[in-house]
Amino acid sequence: MKPIEILTQGLELLAALAAAPLFLGWVNQCRAWLQNRRAPSVWLPYRGIRKLFHKDAVIAENASPLFRAAPYIVFGAMLVAAGIIPSMGTRLPFTIAADAIALVGLLATARVFQSLAAMDIGTAFGTLGARREMMVGFLAEPALLMVIFVASIISATTALPAIAENLATQTLGLYPSLAFTAIAFTLILLAENARIPIDNPATHLELTMIHEAMVLEYSARHLALMEWATSLKLFNYACIGFALFLPWGISTGTGGPLSLVASIPVLAAKLTVTGAVLAFIETISAKLRVFRAPEFLAIAFMLAVLGLLVHLLLGA
Amino acid sequence: MAGTSFDLQLLNLCAALLLLLSFAMLAQRRIVTLVNLLAIQGALLFVATLLLAWRTGERHLYLSAGLTLALKVVLLPWLLHRLIRRLQVYWDTEPLLNISGTMLVGLLVVVFAFGLAQPIAALASTATRSAIGIAVAVILLSFVTMITRRKAMSQVVGFLSMENGLFFGAMSATYGMPMIVEFGVALDVLVAVLVLGVFFFQIREQFDSLDLHHLESLKESPAFKKSAPPEPVQSVQEH
Repeated sequence: MKPIEILTQGLELLAALAAAPLFLGWVNQCRAWLQNRRAPSVWLPYRGIRKLFHKDAVIAENASPLFRAAPYIVFGAMLVAAGIIPSMGTRLPFTIAADAIALVGLLATARVFQSLAAMDIGTAFGTLGARREMMVGFLAEPALLMVIFVASIISATTALPAIAENLATQTLGLYPSLAFTAIAFTLILLAENARIPIDNPATHLELTMIHEAMVLEYSARHLALMEWATSLKLFNYACIGFALFLPWGISTGTGGPLSLVASIPVLAAKLTVTGAVLAFIETISAKLRVFRAPEFLAIAFMLAVLGLLVHLLLGA
Repeated sequence: MAGTSFDLQLLNLCAALLLLLSFAMLAQRRIVTLVNLLAIQGALLFVATLLLAWRTGERHLYLSAGLTLALKVVLLPWLLHRLIRRLQVYWDTEPLLNISGTMLVGLLVVVFAFGLAQPIAALASTATRSAIGIAVAVILLSFVTMITRRKAMSQVVGFLSMENGLFFGAMSATYGMPMIVEFGVALDVLVAVLVLGVFFFQIREQFDSLDLHHLESLKESPAFKKSAPPEPVQSVQEH
């Protein structure tokens, strides 16, 4: 392992850990601005996490060890996922072990443990949230895989860094297939991260909630880890999107440590714009009924498959 | 992809967007939006024809692009919008299949169409031959739109979008049909919409609704008198 590889890997993990709550805070701030509210500070998620770490945990009497372990597993899975997504550089030693399909599996693992923990206590809300999460998950996963397959076919590999490098160095052209899959990916991102058309992240008391219903029973450090994992998940999805559709500006191939440094402001700029766009989408759309969620995800799946077919037919 | 010229890339983009629009039509519940989508489809067809005319230098393609603009972007959507206003039908009922199911059927249809078009594309010598598959897919998806809808309005929109698909297919396979054929088809479509408009009024007069399943029973029963929806006749529905 060369020093630059270790440097890239370490920097990416640190950046993900540090920047994920900031990204979430930025999205919330933009959303507040667009909705004519006084915006909370961008640092609010950090303060929330710090506050939660200082509290004493309260755990239900009938909780099994799974309930205690789930936050660590979910957080760990998200962190590993952050390690194999090329957000700044493509020379990541971790990615030899896991390609894009394993990444989807990693995200699924986190989902499974979160849902199991939600059902563990046996409250009505937890079970309800877990079931809904599973419904969204089983529809979003094939769509996400399809999106990844389109990019994989174009660059003939399933390793994310290789895909990003390939797409970043290709000549510019109009790719209808990539445009379709980019839209599909945006829909998946919204659904998977419990954003507005599917779930409202700003509510704790609503019968239609999904994500919040699952973490209702958690407190203190467990809740802090869950919240941190949630922000990491959003950050990860954004970075997958960058790797597949906006791969420019990341450090590739023979670039030295300087190119790695140069990729930091590029990533920051991408995240800033994406956060604003995300907040805009959330502001202009209304929350769908839960029964409309399959339709929403069917559209995402359809767009991704259409992208694949168009690429196979037109070669574009 | 990197080797193809920019105008061919644009043409491919138009083709892909046409396919996307067909899916949007398949998923759309509101008739007004359906007509708007048809107008956008016409506009895309206009752009594609212009691009092809510029690329090949065939003069008659400019003419047919103008015909497309006048007829499919302006006149027909305007006629349909007027019909919708006068008939007061803004909503379609739920389609026969749910939206997700329709989408999946649509995807299968697209795969079938691409397979179907492969031998045709192998015979064609035009630069746009790979888009023939998309044209066939648009035609078949319009069929699906017509099959899964009950209301007369959406069936007409499906019919017109099928005509758009045929036009695009002819364009990408042989750089357009002879001028006389194109004029004939344009006139046919225009007359068809006018006649169907008259039909709509007659259907509504007769059944107080534009639901076409009233037309499925052939025999005139006493229940068919005005404002009483007929019982579905079992023996006829088997056909």
